[in-house]
Order: sequence, then C-alpha cells, then structure tokens
Amino acid sequence: MTRLQKLILSRLALGIATLFVVSALMFVGIELLPGDLAQQILGQSATPETLAAFRAELGLDQAPHTRYLDWLSGVVQGDLGQSLASGREVTDLLSTRLANTMFLAGYAAVIAVPIAVTLGLLAALWRNSLFDRSANVGALSAISMPEFFVAYLLILVFSIKLGWFPTLARIDTATSLGQALHVTFLPALTLIMVVIAHMMRMTRAAIINVLAAPYIEMARLKGVPRWRVVLRHALPNALAPIINVIALNLAYLIVGVVVVEVVFSYPGLGQLLVDAVASRDFPVVQAVGLFFAGTYILLNVAADILSILSNPRLRHAR
Amino acid sequence: MGNLLTIRDLRLEAGSRSAPTVILEGLDLDLDRGEVLGLVGESGAGKSSAGLAAMGFVRDGVRIAGGRIDFDGTDLARAPQRTLRRLHGRRIAYVAQSAAASFNPAHRLIDQFAEGPILHGTADAATAQADARALYRQMQLPDPDEIGFRYPHEVSGGQLQRAMTAMAMACRPDLIIFDEPTTALDVTTQIEVLGAMRDITERFGTAAIYITHDLAVVSQMADRITVMRHGREVETAPTRRMLDAPQQDYTRSLWAVRSIRKPEATGPAEPVLTLDGVSAHYRDFKALDDISFGLCRGRTTAVVGESGSGKSTLAKVIAGLMPPGAGRVAWDGTPLAGHHDRRTKDQLRQVQMIYQMADTALNPRHTVRETLDRPVAFFTGLSGKARRARVRELMELIELDPDAFLDRRIPELSGGQKQRIGIARALAAEPRFIICDEITSALDQIVAEGILKLLIRLQRDLGLTYMFITHDLATVEAIADEVVVMKEGRIVESGPRAQIFDAPRQAYTRRLLASVPQMDAGWLDRARRDAARARSAETAA
Amino acid sequence: MTLLRTAPPTALFGLLVLAATLVLGLFAPLIAPYGETEIVGGEYLPWSAEHPLGTDNLGRDMLSRMIYGARNTVGLALLTTGIAFSIGAALGMFAALRGGWIDQALSRAVDVIMAVPPLILALMLLAIVGPSIPNMVGVIAVIYLAPVYRLSRAAAMNVVALDFIGAAQLRGEGTIWLLRREILPNISSTLVAEAGLRFCFVFLFIAALSFLGIGIQPPTADWGSMVKENATLITFGDVTPLIPAGAIALLTVSINFIVDWMLHRASGLKS
Repeated sequence: MTRLQKLILSRLALGIATLFVVSALMFVGIELLPGDLAQQILGQSATPETLAAFRAELGLDQAPHTRYLDWLSGVVQGDLGQSLASGREVTDLLSTRLANTMFLAGYAAVIAVPIAVTLGLLAALWRNSLFDRSANVGALSAISMPEFFVAYLLILVFSIKLGWFPTLARIDTATSLGQALHVTFLPALTLIMVVIAHMMRMTRAAIINVLAAPYIEMARLKGVPRWRVVLRHALPNALAPIINVIALNLAYLIVGVVVVEVVFSYPGLGQLLVDAVASRDFPVVQAVGLFFAGTYILLNVAADILSILSNPRLRHAR
Repeated sequence: MGNLLTIRDLRLEAGSRSAPTVILEGLDLDLDRGEVLGLVGESGAGKSSAGLAAMGFVRDGVRIAGGRIDFDGTDLARAPQRTLRRLHGRRIAYVAQSAAASFNPAHRLIDQFAEGPILHGTADAATAQADARALYRQMQLPDPDEIGFRYPHEVSGGQLQRAMTAMAMACRPDLIIFDEPTTALDVTTQIEVLGAMRDITERFGTAAIYITHDLAVVSQMADRITVMRHGREVETAPTRRMLDAPQQDYTRSLWAVRSIRKPEATGPAEPVLTLDGVSAHYRDFKALDDISFGLCRGRTTAVVGESGSGKSTLAKVIAGLMPPGAGRVAWDGTPLAGHHDRRTKDQLRQVQMIYQMADTALNPRHTVRETLDRPVAFFTGLSGKARRARVRELMELIELDPDAFLDRRIPELSGGQKQRIGIARALAAEPRFIICDEITSALDQIVAEGILKLLIRLQRDLGLTYMFITHDLATVEAIADEVVVMKEGRIVESGPRAQIFDAPRQAYTRRLLASVPQMDAGWLDRARRDAARARSAETAA
Repeated sequence: MTLLRTAPPTALFGLLVLAATLVLGLFAPLIAPYGETEIVGGEYLPWSAEHPLGTDNLGRDMLSRMIYGARNTVGLALLTTGIAFSIGAALGMFAALRGGWIDQALSRAVDVIMAVPPLILALMLLAIVGPSIPNMVGVIAVIYLAPVYRLSRAAAMNVVALDFIGAAQLRGEGTIWLLRREILPNISSTLVAEAGLRFCFVFLFIAALSFLGIGIQPPTADWGSMVKENATLITFGDVTPLIPAGAIALLTVSINFIVDWMLHRASGLKS
C-alpha cells in the first residue's frame, strides 16, 4: 500500500471512529442525566406501574451498554427508535425533513460557492484596491450579523414592503420545483449572504498566503502575466486551504439552516431539532444530532482527503 | 558604459514617502555582453535589491526613486509592465537563492522550464522539452532525460539549483542574475553547482551578475567585482586586481577576515568530557552511530561535517536535550544522565550552550537585563547589588557597554550583538564547558570574526573548554585545537588541527578540504578535479 | 492617544460603539427609564415620547429592556469568553510545552468537541442538562474552549520550538516560569486578537440560542430572545424587533473592526 493510500484510509478510519465516540458520548451524557428519565417525561404524578411500563417500553430497564449496542444496531439498520413526544417512528419524522434541509442547503451552496471563490480570487488579485477594501468591510459586516437579523431584514424588504416573496417558506410534497425555489428564495439568500462573506475572506487569505512564496516571485521574473501567476502558480498551491474553506462552509450551511428554518418556519431538520430539544425528546435529539455530526465529520474527512490528493508532495511521494 | 546594461545613479526607497528607508543610493553599474560581474557585500548591503533592480523589478513596498536602468536601449526604471514582462525570462533571467522554495511545488520541473519559452514564443512545447533535456545534460544532472518529469520535492537541493540555472537558460537570455545561488548548499555540492553554472554561461556567452557574500566564490565566477555596503558602491575593479590590491579600507577588512589563527594549544591534554559508544536515533533514522571521543580541558574541539552528518545531534545529546539510545556521556569521569531533567543543577551549570540563530535563542520579549539577570540569579544565587554588578560584569566580558545595552529589548539589537548576549547568558552560569552550535554561520564575516576573537579571549581568560560545531572549515582552521570530522552519524577522522589540515588520512576529509573555496584563480578547476578523484577513491574504499 | 490617531475610521467607530455598550451595560439601572421586567402598559404599544421604542409582547418598555439587554447579553458573553479563554489558553500552552501523552489526550478530546458543529453540540448538551443560564454558560465555554486550545497550542508550539525555550529548560526552569515568562509574552498578541474574535462568536452564539428559546430564559431581558418574542411585529411592517437584532450586529461589526485593525497593526509591525 502506498503512503497516500495509507493516509487516506487513516483519515477515513479516524472519521468513523470520531463518529462512534460522539454517539457514545451522547449516550453516556443522557445516561448521566440527574434523576430518572421516565419520571421527568411522565411527570411527578405518574404511578410506579406506568413508570415501570414506560421504562420497559423504552428499554430503560436494561444495562446501559446493552442499550447502547441495541440503539447502535438499530441505527445501522435504519431504526432510530420512537419519539418520546409524539410516539412516532423517528425515521418517519426524519425522512422528508432531511430532504428539505438538504434542498435548502444545496440551493444556497450552488449559488454561494462559485461566487465566493471568484470574489476571493479577485480580492486577492487586486489586493488593497478599492474593490478589495470594500469587499472586506462588506464581508466583515455580513459575518457580524446574526442570521435572524439578515432574515428578518430580507422579510421586511422583500415580502412586506415589496411583496415579491412569501414571509414563510412552507413546502410539502405537492410543491413543484419552481414553486419551491421561489418560496425558499429568502431563506436561501440569508444563508448565501453569510456563507459568501466567510468564504470570500478565507479564499482571499489562502491565495494571499501563497502569493508571498518565493516561487511566485520566480514566476513573475520569468515574465508570467499576473492572471496566469494567480491561476497557474498560486491557485494549485492554494487548493488545499480552499477545499477546506468550501467544506467548512458547506458544513456550516447544513448546520446554519437551524436558525433560518426557525425564522421561516421551514419544515426541516433544524426546526425538528429545536422542538425536540425544548421538549427533551431524546431519541429525536440523538438521531438528528448524530445526522448533523455525521455530515459535518464526513465533509471534513472529504476535505482532508481532497487536500491530500491536491498536494503533489503526497501524490508523488517517493 | 556597458554595452548591455548601464545603471546610473539608481536610488531605491522603501516605507513612507515622507520618511523613506533608503535601500540603494547613487548606484552605478556597467555590464558588457558576456561579462560576469560579481556583487559582494554583507547582509543588508543592498546587493540582492541591486540584482533585482537590474531586471527593473522591485519587491513589494520598494520603489525606484531615481536613476536609470538602461538595458540594451530600454530604460527599465520607467518601462511599463508589459515591456518588462517581455524582457523577463526572455532576455534577462533570474536564479534564486533557494531553488527548493523557488520552484513551484505543484508542477514538474520540465513544465516550469517550458513555461518561459512557450509564453515568450521562442519555442513550442516539444522543442522546449527537448532543449530542457539537452541543458540538463550540460548541467551534468543525473538522468537528464527523465529528471525533468519529477516534481521539485523529488530532487535534491544541488540538483534543483542546477535545474533552475537550466530554466534560466531556456530562452537563451543575454543576462542572468544569480542571487546567492549556492549559499544554501553544502561545500561539496557547491563545487559541482558552481562548475556547471560557469560552464554554461561561458558556452552561451551569457552575461551575468553574480551576487554573493562569499569572496572566494565570486573570485571564481566573476570578471569584475563590485563591493557594496549600506546600499552604496564601495569600489569596483577587475577580479584579480580587486583581490590583490583592494583600494578601500572596508574591502581590505573583508579580505582580512580569513586570517585569524588561534595560538597552538600547550600543556597536557586531559579529557574533561568523554563520549563512549554514543548512538542516537530519530525513529528509525540513525543520527549518531557509536561515537567515542574526549574533549580536553581548556581546548577547543571542532566538530565538522556537512548537513546530516549528525553534528547538531551530538550537541543535543551532550546538552541532555536528546537522550542517547546507547553509550554514555561522562563529565570529569561521572556519567551524565541522558535527559537534562535528571541532571543535577551543578551539572547543568557546567555545560552551557550557544546557539546558531541568536534571533531565536533569546526571548524577543525580554530586555538584555532580564535575559542575563535570570540565569545569574538562578545559578549563583546572588541578589540585589551583587547580582546587578555581576550582570554589568558579564556585559563588559562580552565587550558591550552595560549602560547603553542593558535596557534594550532583544529585537533592538544587531545579529552580532545578539550573539554576544547569547555568550553572556552562557557565561552567567559560570560554566567550564560551552557547546557552540554553528554560532557564526548566520553572521557576516566581519561580525563573525569579532565573535571568534571574543571566544578565543574568553577561553584564555576563563579557562573554558569549547566544543565548536560547524560546517565551515575556514572557521575550524581559525579556532580549533582538535578536529573531529563527521559524516552520516559516524566519525570519519579526528586529531589535532595541524594533522587534519596538513595530512588528512581519509579520502572524505581530503574532499571536504578541497571543497573549501579559495581565492586563487585556479581553485575551482583544481577543486573539481580533486573532488572527482576523491569521490572515486571513496567509492573504491 | 497617538495610537488612536493612527486608527482607521472603522476602528474608531468600533471603539465608540464598544464604549457606549459597556457604559449602558454597567449603568443599566441608572439609565433605563423603567425596570427590566416591569409591565408598564399595553402590549405592542407603538413608539411614543413615553416609550421611545414602544412596548413588547407583555407590555414591557422596549428601550429599558434594550438597555438591560446590553448588560445581560454582553455580560454573559464576556463571562463565557473569559472562562473558555483562560482554560483553553492555559491547557493549550501546557500541552505544547509538555507534549507526550498529556498533549495527545487533550488534543484528541478537543478533536471530538470540534468534530461536532457548535450549534448542534450546544443543542444536544442543553437538551441533556436542561436550558438555564449557568448551564448555557458552561456548555458554550466547553465548546469554545476547543478552538482556543488549538490556537494557543499551535502558537505555543512555534515558540517551544525556539532555542530560548531549550535554553531555559537546560537551565532547569520550572513549568510555571516557562509558561508565564517565556511562552505567554510571545503569544499574547495572537491570543488578544483571538479573544476579540471569540467574543464575537460567543456573543452571536448566545444570541442565536436565546433566539431559538434555548439560551437565556425569560423574563431576563436579552437581545436574542427579544427578537423572538416580538417577531410577529415584522409581518405588520414594524421594525421594532430588528432593533435588538441590529444592536447585536452593530456590536459584533464594531469588535470585528477593532480586531481587524489590531491584526493589521500586528502584521505591519512584524514586517
């Protein structure tokens, strides 16, 4: 096995291991909960019989490690247990909402990523120009705004004053793609603005960092035009950091939807998670939390692997 | 007037326009076609800036504030970027100090070679690649047909430097700027690179500006030499005349540096620190392999070797920064623990260390007083007035004025002053033995000379024992009583200075000695012949 | 003073906003016209001379709650940042200096914290421990301790590799001396800039949690939950709920401007 394959495999293994650790910790955390879960959920008035029945139903009467393994094998088979609040299968609750969240995040990503990388490149290319400085101030401001501020501002302008888009982003299975794109435009735009700001700054920093390298001066002294210096000499070496920036922001998008979903009452996972946390519906919190954590870890692992592949020192290791 | 390049009254500035820092002032240079001009000076003399300015190029934050750079009829100081771009790489090429950093790690050598000719329209891709192979062969690179298809990290430093020279040649420029191209290389590698560079510029009749701080190197490469200092020209003359009869005091002082000789050691040679079968590993790499020798009281033992020879690891093992895998280090007959944590305070006090990079060896957040006060307090237990007096005394020992320097912060000192403070910090412990790890290699020659003289005086006055680690044989010759030659973690040869320098027994020692640049005219040719012969002897042995 | 004169307008603006917020927060009871939870009239009263920003969903004075909010939201963010910072920085420097298994154990624990998105981790942890102010401060401090640890460890690693640390170790200096006198002064500027940025994150984070109803709990006045409580007004074209949201944005922008200026200065000084 080559060094490269070993590196990639070890990154994958590390990602999976992290996911297990996170799931186990989550489980232990709930385990350490002060007081009795059944009691907390059913309230003080519950009779000992109902409590016992409830515990048996949830499997709370078994040893913790058995329950963890049960739960884990359930997860692997696609069985995430039942919601404490509604009694419905968590898998059913998740499926459509998962699709909705991915739709919204994907919508924003498709628009934000190319714009952000291009803006970052241009800002680096025209460093300290008026464009660069105003982009910097704009990005700093956008990063500083809470998502709900941006969201409500957009609602105020585009739905209340102008009436172009609805205030709420309600979609269901009957909504057509065109309608969905229209209805979810404002939540997507909120995400796009925040993500572009972050990504642009990071891309610019990555490129500028590379532009300070001696081989860039060498390229210029070979008579290479400026655009070609950036595209051919700087960009390939800035790929690893840029890939990381993109992964980080995609991960952020999927997570960042939580607040935006709440503002626009969008039926996604974030909304579900917030409700479940408020009602302390642990199976749902666990399942959604694990999904978000898994996506985040997966994206980071993917970014790691892509960075390794983009590094000629590792790709052509002797 | 040079018929290729004429620089007149050039002035470069950096910083704000109202209070600029002057980098070059009133510089005049002339260069004829096919001529090689050596630019010599210490760090900060402005020689690199002058070299780049000859291309009409200045680094970020620097600007051309006046003067003309006339290259074959074009004034580069005023030429638009388009014009400069057409000249760069095509008619004026550049060879940088660190080839490893100046090749783009993302592209293969041959693609970087071909980029210039294709961009400038002097060749198509196939022709450029064929030419690259031919030039690689002329630069005596191993495997010239294939080496271009490697990435920079797959090629050694000396080979990269040659590949970069080949790349500079790609469009057959009229002028090449060599900016300290061999400074980062080991001496034995340097010879091959210098030889290949000189051959190729001669073959194509290319003019060159060769920038270096090393007089011996420039004397082999240049037809004429310009000495620079503080951004100004000191004097210019044809190479032989410059070497034989320098006119200016500054130039003469540069020439004189190589003349220190420590007086021969007298008295009995009694070992104070002994190493016995010491080995050390970094993971599975054997950095030291069965090292045994003794360091004699009141004498200087120079440990000399090229990079990777294990000489710095040896310093770490003795100091207790790296426990040896096998063998023992003994002080006055008592074994020293491998790790400094387990040595007694008195053992720690006896063995002190001075570092190569004075910049990183002193905490930049401390003042000179803080730097010296702590070890004095720590090791001598002095307090109050006695301690303050001791700190002042240390400053006097290292020949720096206590009143002027004690309250300065470390970053406000020059390189040589920092190194002196490093020495004072070692002396604060009142040690008997000091490890000097490449302490002069980051310094300019004149400054280094001052440090060496100081060390010799301190040894005489305080009866110190030194272990002097260096790759520079000229320094060894200046200060050593005993010499240990190392290669790949082993001792090749050891003995008194005179024996090693006058009658070396091992082929490697002979090759190392032959590689030390000399100022006489025929040195490079002689050294290349000797090196080739020594290498075949080594292979045979 | 000379420092201020060289500051760009953005940084001056930032300093001004920061100072104003701190004054409002410190002297909230003296400045606010009404009490924090005092019901002073009808619900959702429009802006008037008596109630410059109207009243909220329970009939409390918006302006007074804004002023108390400065105290609560900013105060808690400062407290949380302070905790995360002192623990994270100390552990990071310690790990860098010691290396070995201590470094490994701490770093892997931090890896796990950072493997989960902060907001999700906070929601999960708060679901377990239950939403309350001390719990929230604790949970956020743990989450933000991780990046501070990483940064200070990385910065300290660069310093530990330098010879003056080796020289101090060879002298036999103890851990406390090495951390306080040799390492900390060399990474303090990095840490200070980072503290500013981290404060912004923590501040936005608390605001988001409170907005989601899982952070600062009613009836405490806080800028995040004030947006949530009065969000319906937006649908009537009333900008009042945007004021606390805008205040959050304004303060964060300001601190970012200040940090940006500091970083710029630091990089300028180096060259």
